[in-house]
Amino acid sequence: MLIQCKVRRFNPTVDKKPYFSTYQVEAEPTDRVLDMLNTIKWELDGTLTYRRSCAHGVCGSDAMRINGRNRLACKVLVRDIGNKMTIEPMMGFTVLRDLVVDMEPFFEKYKAVKPYLINDNPAPVTERLQSPEELEAYDDTTKCILCAACTTACPPFWSNPDFVGPAALVNAHRFIFDSRDKAGAERADVISSREGVWRCRTVFNCTDACPRGIQVTNAMEEVKRKLLYDRA
Amino acid sequence: MYHRFDAIVVGAGGAGLMAALQLAQTPGISTAVISKLYPSRSHTGAAQGGIGAALGNLEEDHPEWHTFDTVKGGDYLVDQTAADVMCHEAVESVYELEHYGLPFSRTPDGKIAQRRFGGHTRNFGEAPVRRSCFAADRTGHMILQTLYQQCIKHEVNFYSEFQLLDLVFNDGVCCGIVALNIKDGEIHTFHAKAVLFATGGFGRAWKITSNALSNTGDGVAIAYRHGIPLEDMELYQFHPTGVYKLGILLTEGARGEGGILRNSEGERFTERYAPTLLDLAPRDMVSRFIYQEVREGRGINGGDFVHLDLTHLGAEVVEKKLPDLADFVRTYLGLDPVRELIPIQPTAHYAMGGIPTDIDGRVITGEHNTPLPGFYAAGECACVSVHGANRLGTNSLVDIVVFGRRAGRHMARYVQETGFTQLPQKPDLYAREQVGQLLARETGESAARIRSALQEEMMDKVSVVRSEEKLRAAQRTVRQLKEQYRHVAMQDRQTWYNSELHETMEVGYLLDLSESIIAGALAREESRGGHYREDYPTRDDVNFLRHTLVYDTPDGLQIRYKPVDLSKFEPKERKY
Ligand SMILES: Cc1cc2nc3c(=O)[nH]c(=O)nc-3n(C[C@H](O)[C@H](O)[C@H](O)COP(=O)(O)OP(=O)(O)OC[C@H]3O[C@@H](n4cnc5c(N)ncnc54)[C@H](O)[C@@H]3O)c2cc1C
Ligand code: SF4
Ligand code: FES
Repeated sequence: MLIQCKVRRFNPTVDKKPYFSTYQVEAEPTDRVLDMLNTIKWELDGTLTYRRSCAHGVCGSDAMRINGRNRLACKVLVRDIGNKMTIEPMMGFTVLRDLVVDMEPFFEKYKAVKPYLINDNPAPVTERLQSPEELEAYDDTTKCILCAACTTACPPFWSNPDFVGPAALVNAHRFIFDSRDKAGAERADVISSREGVWRCRTVFNCTDACPRGIQVTNAMEEVKRKLLYDRA
Repeated sequence: MYHRFDAIVVGAGGAGLMAALQLAQTPGISTAVISKLYPSRSHTGAAQGGIGAALGNLEEDHPEWHTFDTVKGGDYLVDQTAADVMCHEAVESVYELEHYGLPFSRTPDGKIAQRRFGGHTRNFGEAPVRRSCFAADRTGHMILQTLYQQCIKHEVNFYSEFQLLDLVFNDGVCCGIVALNIKDGEIHTFHAKAVLFATGGFGRAWKITSNALSNTGDGVAIAYRHGIPLEDMELYQFHPTGVYKLGILLTEGARGEGGILRNSEGERFTERYAPTLLDLAPRDMVSRFIYQEVREGRGINGGDFVHLDLTHLGAEVVEKKLPDLADFVRTYLGLDPVRELIPIQPTAHYAMGGIPTDIDGRVITGEHNTPLPGFYAAGECACVSVHGANRLGTNSLVDIVVFGRRAGRHMARYVQETGFTQLPQKPDLYAREQVGQLLARETGESAARIRSALQEEMMDKVSVVRSEEKLRAAQRTVRQLKEQYRHVAMQDRQTWYNSELHETMEVGYLLDLSESIIAGALAREESRGGHYREDYPTRDDVNFLRHTLVYDTPDGLQIRYKPVDLSKFEPKERKY
């Protein structure tokens, strides 16, 4: 099918402001949107710039706005979008070029929640035990691929870029509910700070956006409840 | 720009991060990790099935059994001391990952759960054993995340979206690398006492592959261009169950759960080829069965694919045990795996060969394994060789963790004992010229067109079944494409975030590697593991129980050989 694809372009070193390029491109209905972008880049316009790697939804490189919704370009098929497409970078980050945004602030926020197991007790010779039920408590949030689709779909984040955002909180959840983790206040302080979890207004955009099907809003609610419980 | 670190790690997949962690935990050493992708985007994250280790959590198991399976699975081209080291250290490495926080699936009593996987047996081949440790069907994702998290904890320096361009030697001693900052196009020189390459595989040489678009073998090709021989490049694994046309991997676990392969007549054709192991025969064999069915006209609708049938397993098994697989099939094929047949074809998956190293990750050259001071390699880009002619499922994750760790530890000792070697004059000259020419050239050939011609040719002539005739034809094509590549030109000539520039360089790497693969495949006039020659259909231990080394010399490619370490098990016919 013939697709009319509008892409928002911007190269801050040469363009005064962003503009749209429109491409007419032939694609199979079963092609991924990423395949279509590749066709444009490889056959029509080598200057079109976007990130990609795995091409099947596991590396988190290619989150972007496709007809107004955050998606991974490699996890949505052309036929599911239709023959008119508008593709834009994720909102709320600085555009480096075209669909590529600056991910540094995103990873800084991730790092801020101490996204690693904290447990200073000496480890046993074999594994630390954890029951399947204990694993179940945080299993969902271990699926995160750090694509930022949730954070950049979040209205509180748009209005306050200092908010750590759902992605960082999903990763905090992953450790807070891990029975092996002993961080306690060390991590809770960051999360309950001014720019922490209380900025969440349960809009649910994040859950809709997540390509891994993580219950993002729910995870943040669990974090809130845990903070309140521990304070009480 | 100039930087100086004791140790440089190139690549932030499982192998690179494991090494970086060892270095970061050694006091007084400065380390940096250079990666063209953000660490969490590395292709280790795509691994599904599991990591093999003889923990014996569910039944008796021993590292010696694991070693035997690895050697036999590799059709005896495995260096046996290295395999033994890997299988023994697999156990402590898996516990180390658990201590780092990896969320392994668990047994009811809270231990790491284990399951069966192709080729892993108890008591030297008696019966299948539960050896694969896993985190649902996203084991690689969890390894990558966990190691990245630990690196954050230990404050490792990352240079993300920096693309390696060159390796720097002075008087035979490795003393740094040159890399391009993708964002602004600036070229950086990293001066170091030791450099580790952990740059991953090169499945993108083929049209149908399970590998990421960025798996283009950059490190392997750059080492090769420096005169370092590549080992066993012809041994490349095709996984039987890739999604038709897309190549996306559908885990072997699907057949482990009872999935069946069927041809156009609905027949379970593995019954004719492997009456005992059926669909769970080794990967290289099953890929050949599919090839044979297609060739004899029993592909689906006369095409080049067959069906994977999960319909008899029931929704419960499919949704609970194979959730990611079900998601892939629904998303990309619009099919319901619970009720419908899944079209599959063999997909280029894993490089057994690569940069030759010893068991401490030191790069070694020549027939006598001479170490190159200061240069290390680990992971899929390296060839230790623990996979021989065919890798067993779950053994690559073991490889990256065990040898990433060993290489990191050896490097830590080495940089403590060694001073900096002076950089040569203008260490970045070659890289600057290369990038400068590409940015300047206004008209010429398209890299994308060269790449797709290469991928078609490699798929058609250098894949599951090979012959002298096909290989010679492929050799001619690759030479022509290399000639065209000398005149490659880009549309994008900006220095700022120029993704066409890094793609264009990747095509150059794929061309060089393809040439070495074909040379090795022509020279190996036998069939062994993943390398099948229809003109030499049997294994020939008299002439070819040895490792191939391909050299890129000014006078053209040269082939040499080195012996295989057979110190533990005597070669036998590989029957299952
Ligand atoms: C779909 C799939 C499923 C798999 N499942 C399993 C499994 O279940 N069990 C198993 O044991 N194995 C499995 N494997 C194999 C295994 O996952 C890989 O072999 C292994 O993860 C490779 O790890 P690595 O660290 O060597 O490389 P990678 O994880 O590929 O990392 C390479 C790194 O090098 C960097 N890099 C590359 N080139 C450059 C450059 N020019 N400049 C700077 N940086 C560069 C990249 O950015 C990246 O960080 C699977 C493979 C695939 C494709
Ligand atoms: S929670 Fe989902 S949407 Fe958010 S970063 Fe993780 S994978 Fe992406
Ligand atoms: S390219 Fe990896 S998630 Fe889309």
